[in-house]
Amino acid sequence: MSLFEKPAHVLHDMLQKKEISSVELTKDVLARIDAVEPQVGAYLTLTRDAALAQAEAADKKIAAGEDVAFLEGIPGAIKDNICTKGVKTTCASKILDNFVPPYDATVMTKVKAESPVLLGKTNLDEFAMGGSTENSAYHVTHNPWNTKCVPGGSSGGSAAAVASGTAIWALGTDTGGSIRQPASFCGVVGLKPTYGRVSRYGIVAYASSLDQVGPLARDVTDAANVLNVISGLDEMDSTSSPSPVPDFTKALREDVKGLKIGLPKEYFTDGMDPEVEKAVKDAIEQYRSMGAEIVEISLPHTKYAISTYYLIAPAEAATNLQRYDGVSYGARVDGADLVEMMTNTRTEKFGEEVKRRIMIGNYALSAGYYDAYYLKALKVRTLIQQDYTEAFQKVDVIMCPTAPTPAYEIGSMISDPLQMYLQDICTVPLNLAGLPGISLPCGRSSKGMPIGLQIIGKALDEETILRAAYTYEQSQNYHNEMAKLGGEQA
Amino acid sequence: MNYEAVIGLEIHCELKTKTKIFCGCATGFGADQNTHVCPVCLGLPGVLPTINKRVVEFAIKAGLATNCEINKYSKFDRKNYYYPDLPKNWQTSQYDLPICEHGWVDIDTSEGKKRVRLTRIHMEEDAGKLVHSGTTIKDSISSDVDYNRTGVPLLEIVSEPDMHTAEEARVYMEKIKAIMEYIDVSNCRMEEGNLRADVNVSIRPEGSDQLGTRTEMKNINSFKSLEDAINYEIERQTEVLEDGGHVVQETRTFDPARGITLSMRSKENAHDYRYMPEPDLPPIITSDETIEKYRSELPELPDARRARYEKDYGLSDYDAGIITSTRAMAEYYDAVVATGADPKLAANWIMGDLSKNLNEEAIDITKSPVDAKRLGDMILLIMKDTISGKIAKKVFKEMWTNPEAPEKIVKDKGLVQITDTSAIEPAVDAAIAANPKAVEEYKGGKKKALGALVGQVMKATKGKANPQMVNKMLVEKLK
Repeated sequence: MSLFEKPAHVLHDMLQKKEISSVELTKDVLARIDAVEPQVGAYLTLTRDAALAQAEAADKKIAAGEDVAFLEGIPGAIKDNICTKGVKTTCASKILDNFVPPYDATVMTKVKAESPVLLGKTNLDEFAMGGSTENSAYHVTHNPWNTKCVPGGSSGGSAAAVASGTAIWALGTDTGGSIRQPASFCGVVGLKPTYGRVSRYGIVAYASSLDQVGPLARDVTDAANVLNVISGLDEMDSTSSPSPVPDFTKALREDVKGLKIGLPKEYFTDGMDPEVEKAVKDAIEQYRSMGAEIVEISLPHTKYAISTYYLIAPAEAATNLQRYDGVSYGARVDGADLVEMMTNTRTEKFGEEVKRRIMIGNYALSAGYYDAYYLKALKVRTLIQQDYTEAFQKVDVIMCPTAPTPAYEIGSMISDPLQMYLQDICTVPLNLAGLPGISLPCGRSSKGMPIGLQIIGKALDEETILRAAYTYEQSQNYHNEMAKLGGEQA
Repeated sequence: MNYEAVIGLEIHCELKTKTKIFCGCATGFGADQNTHVCPVCLGLPGVLPTINKRVVEFAIKAGLATNCEINKYSKFDRKNYYYPDLPKNWQTSQYDLPICEHGWVDIDTSEGKKRVRLTRIHMEEDAGKLVHSGTTIKDSISSDVDYNRTGVPLLEIVSEPDMHTAEEARVYMEKIKAIMEYIDVSNCRMEEGNLRADVNVSIRPEGSDQLGTRTEMKNINSFKSLEDAINYEIERQTEVLEDGGHVVQETRTFDPARGITLSMRSKENAHDYRYMPEPDLPPIITSDETIEKYRSELPELPDARRARYEKDYGLSDYDAGIITSTRAMAEYYDAVVATGADPKLAANWIMGDLSKNLNEEAIDITKSPVDAKRLGDMILLIMKDTISGKIAKKVFKEMWTNPEAPEKIVKDKGLVQITDTSAIEPAVDAAIAANPKAVEEYKGGKKKALGALVGQVMKATKGKANPQMVNKMLVEKLK
């Protein structure tokens, strides 16, 4: 087993015991990047030289006998909508083609305090709008399990990097499923924390009331460890939670006896791929056999979640993206006067999906329509939240598929945005409710594509979903399997 | 037909917090361009606002000082429009749940006391400043943006359309200025743009209770411009109606140099601000306890102080009104009175010579070359008959450029009043001897003739003789 195939916690132990050096590990991952990145296309920016320098620095610290932080010396990747001081942050948009942030996002400050090796910035759907990474203005990222397929999105680059061994761990963001769905498509673990658990300062905003940062990882243990690093109250983010942050690794124990698992009937709907349904139901049976109690529940407002999301998110996005006007940073397309310059810049430099959502959002907010659309959506959002509150009186966690299908072929859905939006049915309601969710592999389709199980928890109760996920993971072998790429496919 | 004007003001008042409303940048005026900036106020991708608690405190105090109700649940909203001085292309403001509502202030006009109601007071961020290569944005090849002012906290104080003359509008704005100064939330320096107003004006036939179509004049930054703009607009609208036309609802700009208003944009081109709740800031929840704490911290307000001056010092309503029109003047007055000076004399000197000199040299009362202590000491000299009121004018003039204590100036310049009869007597005798005609007239019953003799004595003593004593001695001698 090559180093790049190992999870971060194993590599951390090896570094600590000085069995390997960070430089050795980093070179192994860089070699993997050379070998498979041309087929995968997970990255937008690679920072090889800086990565090697960071590896050397980490080795020096470790040699000096200093305490080794969890991420210390371990190569990871950052989604390109997270501001990284001095490293280009494009959001996969031409409008930020030349944007180098003068500051670090709070999650980057926290990550950097661990002295990790940062390999670069990963691809995404432009401004995190999309579920396939096909909306990147730069290139399409390919699913490592079948390069004809999408990796999911919008954190498709981060998921594909972790799945293909071109990063050991990665950060993504999740507004309507953008961590969990690509994790599901790429067969890795993805965790969206409770809204407010992780600071959003420095995350290029898509929909402010829904965005969260979280880890994409090889296994549940790595996800818990990365969550430990990035969580906590941040005075720069007024929406971050003052709740104390537990040590999430303490939740990593095999114990689901008596755990009450809710199965929402609304999530097992028509249009769900039968192989996905079977894999998830098998996983539920596995839980039952391990001592969990399965309870059928109802989340009656689920059917309104997609329309609610596609009013709230575009409305917030429309205002959030107003700042890209060619005036003081980012791309500028000249015009005869100010208005023409702004119009030209936004018309030429935003992609189709971004423009579509800006238009939906502005329509929903415009005078005379606000009450009928945006305000109503906010009210329905409250109803969806109440559904969960009631359900969680009866159960400890809720389980369902992460996505209704496995990864589909590149280009097969891009011309039908509405169909694409419906793919978010299992992930979007959590964002509306602000709840934590984790996706972990629970099967393979007949074509060999990964299938993800989603576990939803109560607000600020990431520990229970981590425990449930860990227990299941240990009963299976998915986390030890890595995608075979190109020539490797036997 | 006679028309009545209906006037409402939206006053923007810059708060004197040390830092901006949503970030830690300094708020100071006059710094080099783009030096008081950070990622947050520059609206860079990824940044989030955090509320400056001081701004909420100042807003609540402003509300309490203007008899507003404080909303215990208030929130920020995004007011969306594209302009290069607004880096996010939205202004973080308050829409449907402002921090203060339903207040009022009383004003004094030449036609008596009047109450002006306040609709609301809300918090918002200021925009940056455009520096054009030409004189306006239209005739400029390029424009620079200075973001130093971006994010400086503002209160927007919105009145009901309760005013009907330019004078009322001016006095109302003066009152708001005084209150904001008293409660120490703003420097209110109009020349620095700390206080500026958008004015809505409409006219209607006298006696009508319908509102006419209004126009709005933006960014009026002096009391004179305010009155000029309103008067011009009332005249213009009257002409339009008398010519059988209709007033167009529009935003107009006031040109202070020419004293006229010009059309900027009509209602058809008005922005749809697409307001939405600011998702990055939690609602502002204010407890009764906090409100009461802020209330207890409020200083004595202009109306209360004015009543006290009338009651305790016997000042006239008019004088008390002028003395309390700014906190600085009232504080100066209190300091003069604290020296033991007679309160009425103190008021007269402040409203008279002091104000005249300050106005002539455009000096703020807080920087007066004659401070309150020295003015008080000078008034004490008058009260002790050391100098006469007339000599005091000379002393005051000298004090304006001479930092010495008034006693010393009076002594050095030999201005001490002569109250010794033996010192005055020779001059009195000389005057009688030299003016037989006046003496004769006086004795013949023409009492006025005495004035000429007093004048002679005063002249001979270089004004230093106590005039009452001179008078008395002459009367004695001419019996």
